Amino acid sequence: MSQVAIIDYGSGNLRSAAKAFERQAAMLDHPPEIIVTADPDIVRRADRIVLPGVGAFADCRAGLHNVTGMVEVLRTRVLDQAVPFLGICVGMQLLASEGREKTVTAGLGWIPGAVVPLASTDPALKIPHMGWNTLQIVQPHPLLAGVPDGETGLHAYFVHSYHLQTESADTLIAATKYGGTVTAAVGRDNIFGTQFHPEKSQALGLTLISNFLGWAP
Amino acid sequence: MTLKTRLIPCLDVKDGRVVKGVQFVDLVDAGDPVAAAIAYDTAGADELCFLDITASHEGRDTIFDVVARTAEHCFMPVTVGGGVRSIEDIRKLLLSGADKVAINSAAVSDPDFIARAADKFGNQCIVVSVDAKQRLSQAPGGDNRSEWEIFTHGGRNPTGLDAVEFAAHMVERGAGELLVTSMDRDGTKSGFDIKLIRAITDTVNVPVVASGGVGTLDHLVEGVREGHASAVLAASIFHFGTFTIPQAKQHLHDHGIAVRMDRAAP
Repeated sequence: MSQVAIIDYGSGNLRSAAKAFERQAAMLDHPPEIIVTADPDIVRRADRIVLPGVGAFADCRAGLHNVTGMVEVLRTRVLDQAVPFLGICVGMQLLASEGREKTVTAGLGWIPGAVVPLASTDPALKIPHMGWNTLQIVQPHPLLAGVPDGETGLHAYFVHSYHLQTESADTLIAATKYGGTVTAAVGRDNIFGTQFHPEKSQALGLTLISNFLGWAP
Repeated sequence: MTLKTRLIPCLDVKDGRVVKGVQFVDLVDAGDPVAAAIAYDTAGADELCFLDITASHEGRDTIFDVVARTAEHCFMPVTVGGGVRSIEDIRKLLLSGADKVAINSAAVSDPDFIARAADKFGNQCIVVSVDAKQRLSQAPGGDNRSEWEIFTHGGRNPTGLDAVEFAAHMVERGAGELLVTSMDRDGTKSGFDIKLIRAITDTVNVPVVASGGVGTLDHLVEGVREGHASAVLAASIFHFGTFTIPQAKQHLHDHGIAVRMDRAAP
């Protein structure tokens, strides 16, 4: 049985993420096992890796580094061995070169760019960007197959005050609008990340999770 | 692409059961909060709010089970309020599957609790319940006080705190959202206290959920148009089957308010 590891490094609730992956896994002919884990050895054997995260960038970064051996295993599996990887919310932001929330903190550096405050020209705009918004798919991607975008498209659930501004347009996969343009999804090769929460995004999120479970980058 | 106005049904839960009862056509157990949550999820609610009104300490643990079972079936954001007093309470609710917690009395008695909670779990999951009532007379304190006072314990205990000042103070401390309820209007079906909602939405820069008093679909429109709320919450119009979630969304949509009308999950 293949395995999907959802990394537990003390950042928030992983129950709904695990349940959403289990629901979509059960629809497959050969359902993978969904494992919520803080054990680098399990991540080393996993066929797919999910990195969730809520809260502040620096706290999440510190939490991930506090799990002995986890960052090293992630580098080996994701960068050297090209295992499919999905980062969610701050788990996606950690892919950046650095986070500029409160202080400047180094990220994993897998998607060059910086995590910056949402820039708004409209003072009436509320922060956080909290709720349901549609996507603009900038580059077609297998994980967004079957997800209608634009004004009449499906909605994703966002809750964040910062976003990942990619250095290169090549790694921006989807955007949304809130005040200005907001990064909604990033990716390259076997790496993908969403600012929104697929596990809270009903039809859109469950479609994306199914796509991830079948993804062969 | 536009951020949509959220429509949030609220369920009052006591000892693990829905208090007011929920009338859905095909709901076998109207008192089961999880069954009600699933029905709201399927109907297209944007978020769900559980308000735990359990009085006894022993009964309090039932809410964790309700939230956990809901999280197994509903892939939408869930807020839980009622009796949240400690960092440990918040941690347990989040681990059960809540996305946000709403804090009322503890925010009044110890504003620093909000700062500690926001530092620990992030602003995005800390909602402060602003329960306000119109003052009976102009209280001492000068002309720059608003018309409303903060109450705790379900509207029973006056605090002397000015509602608009309190709201701004809570956002400074780290609240990521405010749930503003008019205790005068709650349960009356006479509409939101629009002046109250507007006074707060114009003051703070975080999303505000308008609550208390919804009796018609026009009231929901008023909360957004005139109150400038980011989300509207209602309980009885949905529980008693007066209106459905899709009817409410269609009505908002017909009045030019952007709402999410996605098909159900595959």
